[in-house]
Amino acid sequence: MCTSIVEIVGAEGAGKGENGWFALTHAVVSYDHPHHALLEDAITIDFVNRGMDAGTRAAVELTLETAKALNAALARAIAAAEKEESARRRG
Amino acid sequence: MAYEGMIAETIAVSGDAYEPISAYLARPLGPGPFPGVVLIHHMPGWDEWYREATRKFAHHGYAALSHNLYHRAGEGKSDDVAAKVRAEGGVSDAQVIGDTEGAVTWLKAQPWLNGRSGVFGTCSGGRHAFLYACHTKNIDVCCELWGGRVVMSKEELTAKQPVAPIDFTKDLSCPLLGLFGNEDRAPTPEQVDQHEAELKRCGKDYEFHRYDGAGHGFFYYDRPMYRLEQALDGWEKVFSFLHRHLHAGAPGRGRGAA
Repeated sequence: MCTSIVEIVGAEGAGKGENGWFALTHAVVSYDHPHHALLEDAITIDFVNRGMDAGTRAAVELTLETAKALNAALARAIAAAEKEESARRRG
Repeated sequence: MAYEGMIAETIAVSGDAYEPISAYLARPLGPGPFPGVVLIHHMPGWDEWYREATRKFAHHGYAALSHNLYHRAGEGKSDDVAAKVRAEGGVSDAQVIGDTEGAVTWLKAQPWLNGRSGVFGTCSGGRHAFLYACHTKNIDVCCELWGGRVVMSKEELTAKQPVAPIDFTKDLSCPLLGLFGNEDRAPTPEQVDQHEAELKRCGKDYEFHRYDGAGHGFFYYDRPMYRLEQALDGWEKVFSFLHRHLHAGAPGRGRGAA
């Protein structure tokens, strides 16, 4: 498959790549050919800094099922974090 | 035993807007003349498979050149560079056409070329090969292997890919070879049908081979989609097609051709 499934979002935070930690500018999610995982297609996530060289990247290649589980885990963690933040704001 | 040898090296060619880009050249040793093939790499990048494929063409007697469509993203491992290009929204069709025209022009200017040349591409490179062949009169053949998104919906069009390649079919300037897997989802068999119908409608010289038991990328021996039998037959089809069109005596735009 040769898809056009790509989602690019701005990102703040830090990623750890081949050369250590770096500041993020973007996260890129796609469903296409993986480079390493032995899958025909994979959900790939790249955390990058567009101002730095190509090797400054934190990457994963996931099965669709893993990506769904990760998505659900993120949603649960975010919901719990927002609850926590809300309680903190109320003092 | 006949002497055999080849040279394989990185060089620079003049790409789109005369910007220098890197390229990998492999050709048999000796004065030639050799037919030329420009390889248009796939979305995963200017990678090891494309280096190997370039040398494979040289092994079969071609002067082969694989130019780096991702040159402007900088140096690095091919997967990192490909990820950087993706993060920046990909390369534009216009730039790929310009880069490929530069690669073909460089190859055709070499003294060891027989004057005939073609393009070969897989995956997005298959799409680009067809697209380029519709925008030039500089080549004699085009090999499009499982080119995804030759057929595109209006929703898929972007500033970098403003027109679906199928809409340029009437301008295809040379014979086309297409190889496709019937289990592929991009292009789907229905999209290959549409591609073929448009070629027929425009009266183009083409041959399509469609393989059962294969999906996308069935030549990639290092990926799970590799299909031995279909890949071996596919390579045979590629070399037979190139031989018919690019060797001495073949009709074409070569030196001395009408």
